[in-house]
Amino acid sequence: MTHKPNPSDCGCNGCGCEQTSELTESQFINSRRSFLARATTIALGSVSLTILAGAAGDDASPEAAEGETPEGDTPVYGFLVDTERCIGIGECLTACREENDVPEGNARTWIERYVHYKDGTVQVDRVPESGARGMDETPIDTKLVEKAYFVPKLCNQCDDAPCNQVCPTHASITSPEGIELVDPDICIGCAYCVQACPYGIRFINHDTGNADKCNWCYHRIKRDERPACVEACPTGARLFGRLDDPDSELRKRLAKVPTRVLKEHLGTHPKLHYIALPGEVI
Amino acid sequence: MDPHPFVFPNEGHLAWTVMVVLYPYITGIVAGTFLVSSLYYVFRLEVFKPVAQLALVTSFCFCAFATLPLLLHLHHPERAFQVMITPSTTSAIAGFGFIYNTYMLIVLTQIWLVFRPAIIQQATSRGIILGTLYRILALGVTNISDRAKAIDQWLIRALAVIGIPVACVLTGYVGFLFGAVKSNPWWSSSLMPVIFVASAIVSGFAVTLLLYQICCACRCVTHDVNCTRTLSRFLWATLAVAVSLEGLELLQLAYEAGGEWPVIQALLTEHLAFSFGTLQVLVGSLIPLVLLLLAFPRWVPTMCLSLSSCLASVLVLVQVFAMRWNVVIGGQLFSKSFRGFVEYEVPLYGREGGIAVGVILLLPLVLLWVTSMILPLWQDPTPAEN
Repeated sequence: MTHKPNPSDCGCNGCGCEQTSELTESQFINSRRSFLARATTIALGSVSLTILAGAAGDDASPEAAEGETPEGDTPVYGFLVDTERCIGIGECLTACREENDVPEGNARTWIERYVHYKDGTVQVDRVPESGARGMDETPIDTKLVEKAYFVPKLCNQCDDAPCNQVCPTHASITSPEGIELVDPDICIGCAYCVQACPYGIRFINHDTGNADKCNWCYHRIKRDERPACVEACPTGARLFGRLDDPDSELRKRLAKVPTRVLKEHLGTHPKLHYIALPGEVI
Repeated sequence: MDPHPFVFPNEGHLAWTVMVVLYPYITGIVAGTFLVSSLYYVFRLEVFKPVAQLALVTSFCFCAFATLPLLLHLHHPERAFQVMITPSTTSAIAGFGFIYNTYMLIVLTQIWLVFRPAIIQQATSRGIILGTLYRILALGVTNISDRAKAIDQWLIRALAVIGIPVACVLTGYVGFLFGAVKSNPWWSSSLMPVIFVASAIVSGFAVTLLLYQICCACRCVTHDVNCTRTLSRFLWATLAVAVSLEGLELLQLAYEAGGEWPVIQALLTEHLAFSFGTLQVLVGSLIPLVLLLLAFPRWVPTMCLSLSSCLASVLVLVQVFAMRWNVVIGGQLFSKSFRGFVEYEVPLYGREGGIAVGVILLLPLVLLWVTSMILPLWQDPTPAEN
């Protein structure tokens, strides 16, 4: 800017006349100052209100409040799946759907079947809820099969949950027991958590418009009951218990047998462990 | 291709649809056009003076509708403000509201300062209705003395300087949204924000160039050949950089050939063959790069330069949209099991349908037309400056 302002310049819209400016020098400065002051006050007020409302929103989180337990007595839960015990009967799937009112087309838990053929190929498919009646598709010629096994999948309840990290509104929260929950009142349904979950567990529930996921039947474990899928499993392939109790069956099993977690390289630190989990399962 | 494809049960429907493609596309245009205008307002490149105001107002017009695709995508749009009421500091999305509002404040203030003399002039010369409108737009500040104009010019430049990083963050952070998803090998790249900024600049030049040519034709005035030529040259250079970055990222993935590469290879060669190979690479990148070479020799006839620039701009805008599509949709077409793919087709109707996409892309142009009725986009609002 090379122009040097001249105090005697006309202020009447550049018409070229010799009239004095509409505003005097001090009025001009005051006008601009007051305008900026008002604008700044409004901006700062809005930011303050946002921060205050944010703090209030955090406290008002209903599921977080529900999840609070007395200090010093907060259990930390874990889950163990024994793939060698799973027979793919699907009772757990039905129990989960009925317990949690999971909409058709989605699943909070499922069972994958891995079939290794003698030609080296691997077939992966999903066990139907009527698993007891067998798979829906054409029966496999067992002569061609080298080995086969089932892998139940459910939420890993990661210690460093990417789904929780990316939620923009604090709708994804971690209960004191380490369970990842969704606050149905403030979820905006952006589905970022669905993208961030490496295990494909989360989905948008089209009945509610909210993100939905397996929460290890949090409402049941708050009543000292086991998750519905654990209750329904006839073979004990799903074991739920306290990680913080050295005398729990879960801790004893974890100490006794080698276990693995899914996608360990992502550093999510799941609380869901697997016994006899082949490396090809992801 | 896996002889026994398998996808997880919750992957039947894509969580992010075409509206999430549209959002980075629009924010890219927002940032790009702002950066084009800054070449004049910050760097004082006089050659861009004919398009500086157009680019700045275009940036605002697209910014005004940038949130619309997101609102249509959200399953609870009525809770959209929750992002600003209970923002999570660990979420990339939570920053959106603050970045968007900061940018909007900058661009609106800059536009107001640029057109303030014209607004005040109109406020005094127009009738009751239009005069009232202009008086409202003047916000009660009616001084347009040379000193006031000089301060305005200083503020315009300061805002443009601040606006450059904010515009880059506005579009680069969308790239960060994808780049930070570590579970997805097609997205998880630290180059993603850079690529988004680069293609945003490209789209800014393309939109400015195209709108300038169309506006000149509609107004039956001759376009500034020097401006058109320089815009085309800048478009060529920025496109070359953007395409190189996109190519390098892919090359690195292919060269590393990690465990997920076979899936990405199948994605590109089978599921994105048209949108990537044909649209993004051939039609949107290589052809414009050749066409825009016509902007370099001075012997090229003006009409030929104008037509080739317009055609190249359209193709470049197709390229940028295809790039967004391939990132957003492509990253969801393969299962997180890495054993199968899903399909996606844009429905014609519905809030996330093709018609909605067309309307959203049309709305900024309608707003631009309305704005051009109110603000003198083609006049120098500060003629007194020497």
